[in-house]
Amino acid sequence: MNWIAIGVTFKLAALTALALVVIGLPIAYWVSFSRWRWKFLVESVVALPLVLPPTVLGFYILVAIGPHSPVGRLYTDLVGHPLPFTFEGLLIASILYSLPFAVQPFAAAFDQVDRRLIEASWTLGVSRIGTFVKLILPMSIAGVVTGFVLSFAHTLGEFGVVLMVGGNIEGVTRTVSIDIYDEVQALNYAGAAKTAVLLLVVSYVILLAVYAINRKVWAVWPQK
Amino acid sequence: MKYFFSAGLLAVACWSAPAQAGEIVVAAASDLSFAFTEAAGQFERQTGTRVKVTLGSSGNLFSQIQNGAPFDAYFSADIRYPQKLEESGQAVPGSLYRYAVGRLVLWMPNRAGLPPPQQGLRVLLDGAIRKVAIANPKHAPYGRAAVAALQQAGVYEAVKDKLVLGENISQAAQFVESGAADAGLLALSLAVVPAMQQAGQYWEVPQETHPPIAQGAVVMKNGANRDGAQAFFSFLQRREGQEILRRYGFILPDAAQP
Repeated sequence: MNWIAIGVTFKLAALTALALVVIGLPIAYWVSFSRWRWKFLVESVVALPLVLPPTVLGFYILVAIGPHSPVGRLYTDLVGHPLPFTFEGLLIASILYSLPFAVQPFAAAFDQVDRRLIEASWTLGVSRIGTFVKLILPMSIAGVVTGFVLSFAHTLGEFGVVLMVGGNIEGVTRTVSIDIYDEVQALNYAGAAKTAVLLLVVSYVILLAVYAINRKVWAVWPQK
Repeated sequence: MKYFFSAGLLAVACWSAPAQAGEIVVAAASDLSFAFTEAAGQFERQTGTRVKVTLGSSGNLFSQIQNGAPFDAYFSADIRYPQKLEESGQAVPGSLYRYAVGRLVLWMPNRAGLPPPQQGLRVLLDGAIRKVAIANPKHAPYGRAAVAALQQAGVYEAVKDKLVLGENISQAAQFVESGAADAGLLALSLAVVPAMQQAGQYWEVPQETHPPIAQGAVVMKNGANRDGAQAFFSFLQRREGQEILRRYGFILPDAAQP
């Protein structure tokens, strides 16, 4: 089993999920609370990675961060090396690719919070940020955890985007899914099978956690 | 409704049926990408048989074939894969055809600050070259040849951390053509294509510095159109076919053994 690839993958998934909490919460807040007539335009953009083929996303990202684009050149000037085939490049790609897996559960949870409680909090003089931290966030914690866990799991399973922008560098951009692919191409089915089983088990456990968190009634627990 | 349903079933059945009499399905290594577009067009004009080409790395295609992919013929960049298919009885016995020997080139984009590739593989040590694209040596023959040539030139250890691996030789070419990598070890058959000629220059890596990229093809037993595949093989062995392969930089078997 390729532990280096496993390490890269978990690091990528964890950083992606953390970044998506930071980026996703404000976006989800805006999506849930905005009354802007054209809000659906933004909602559709957020959902795009759900339906776009990873090749389309990977192609655009490669062009956007490559040396022929202004963004790519700016990054090279600032940091000193180009963005393609680096871990940071892969992280940016993963954040874009998993965006809806974080934002949609966050926004759905915010939608469930009773607006009367929020208005009561505001009228009692609690600031908007205070209300968000002390009221909205605790009441939608299940949705926030779900978004975090789903974007983590989705990044674990990322393949097409990584294949297009990663460059398959050991210890940097070779993730588990790429490693499994390589093992299959090299006809090392036994090696592929071991890593595949690990990924299967981890993914199942993660989904178990998501469904357990979102289960409203635990009938097996004794009622107090 | 019932008719509608059966019409749909019929459509699906036709659509998913393997190659019809008038076409052959060919699995080909990515270095044949451009040469085969031309060869397939000419073969179709001559015989009326359509050639559907599926491109990939030789190892990838081999693995698909082992798992039952319905190809009529398989053109590998590494002759050992079709040899294995002949030994295992999945290929038509005696159909093995050494169609070409591939050539490896060092390709670099026209960009200020990069040394010219004509100076040989040692230019890869230059600090201006940060990423070097090769095909994945695990399953792509050109990747294996690239690693061998780098080792022979004594620069492999120094260049190792600069390597980015394309899934096949075409992806390696795309990495460097797009500017994402600064140099690439590619197939000559891709470097001679107009788009690549305009974007950069190449230097042929001496053939004695790496094991020969001996390429071979076989006709598959479980293909639907064995005669069509045989006809395509003989087309490639005739003058027009040989001319196309030579133009794309392949060394032909006769020329290879003078």
